[in-house]
Amino acid sequence: MTARVGVVTFPGSLDDRDALRAVAAAGAEPVSLWHKDASLHGVDAVVLPGGFSYGDYLRCGAIARFSPVMDLVIAGAREGLPVLGICNGFQVLCEAHLLPGALVRNCHLHFTCTDQRLQIENTSTAWTSAYEAGAHVVIPIKNGEGRFVADVATLDQLEAEGRVVARYVGSNPNGSARDIGGITNAAGNVVGLMPHPEHAIEELTGPSSDGLAFFTSVVKALVSV
Amino acid sequence: MARVVVDVMLKPEILDPQGQAIVGALGRLGHTGVASVRQGKHFEIELEGEADAVALARVTELAGSLLSNPVIEDFVVRASP
Repeated sequence: MTARVGVVTFPGSLDDRDALRAVAAAGAEPVSLWHKDASLHGVDAVVLPGGFSYGDYLRCGAIARFSPVMDLVIAGAREGLPVLGICNGFQVLCEAHLLPGALVRNCHLHFTCTDQRLQIENTSTAWTSAYEAGAHVVIPIKNGEGRFVADVATLDQLEAEGRVVARYVGSNPNGSARDIGGITNAAGNVVGLMPHPEHAIEELTGPSSDGLAFFTSVVKALVSV
Repeated sequence: MARVVVDVMLKPEILDPQGQAIVGALGRLGHTGVASVRQGKHFEIELEGEADAVALARVTELAGSLLSNPVIEDFVVRASP
């Protein structure tokens, strides 16, 4: 059975096409989901892509979090549905309180766009099992509001429970607390990531193919269920 | 019609680089004596009815769920004359 992975398009999403393409490259069936959908169309996992949902008005992800499809994504995530939020999708997951903390304006106030070195620190999540623990990867990052913040107790808890999925290596592109680039929920099915693995699935169009393993990981997780 | 005002501010412990940039600009303009600036959001909400306790409770609820993110922001709700 081929795994079906949905990618939500909000008004203002930018990277939904690349995410759908990455899903196909990983060997799964990509399924387009619309922000007004009243059904998840039987998908086995969901990607919330990057972009500027609803113009990022109010706060990044704040309005998208209340879109109809998110009710289903939130309910599914609480029951174990694998959900990956990339960039704006990470912001939506934080606004939905599926992940702790928040993403705020970069400390230097500039939009950053660069190929970023990361260390993959947790390889037990639904989205990172195809990596080797401690692997260094190069994946594009592009954001204006990507600085991860949380109170000290939350940061300590994330570290103690091994829930930092990816950490910036070499330079911190946005001032994120403790160089955090991605985190997971306690169950490991919900992952938020500021860098864009969907832009690094092949050498022709990205700096590397290092990002593909996020998508092959979930395919592996779904097939082994 | 009644007006209710919601002010949203980043929590004190959250770095506000926009406020810092404003402090820098004030210095370049020759305005001395400004120790710090923090930037927030100000919402003016026109109600169809009166700003009674029930209405204020509803505005407080939406201020805490949509207008602000409790992880990073504090808010104040007040009826405006």
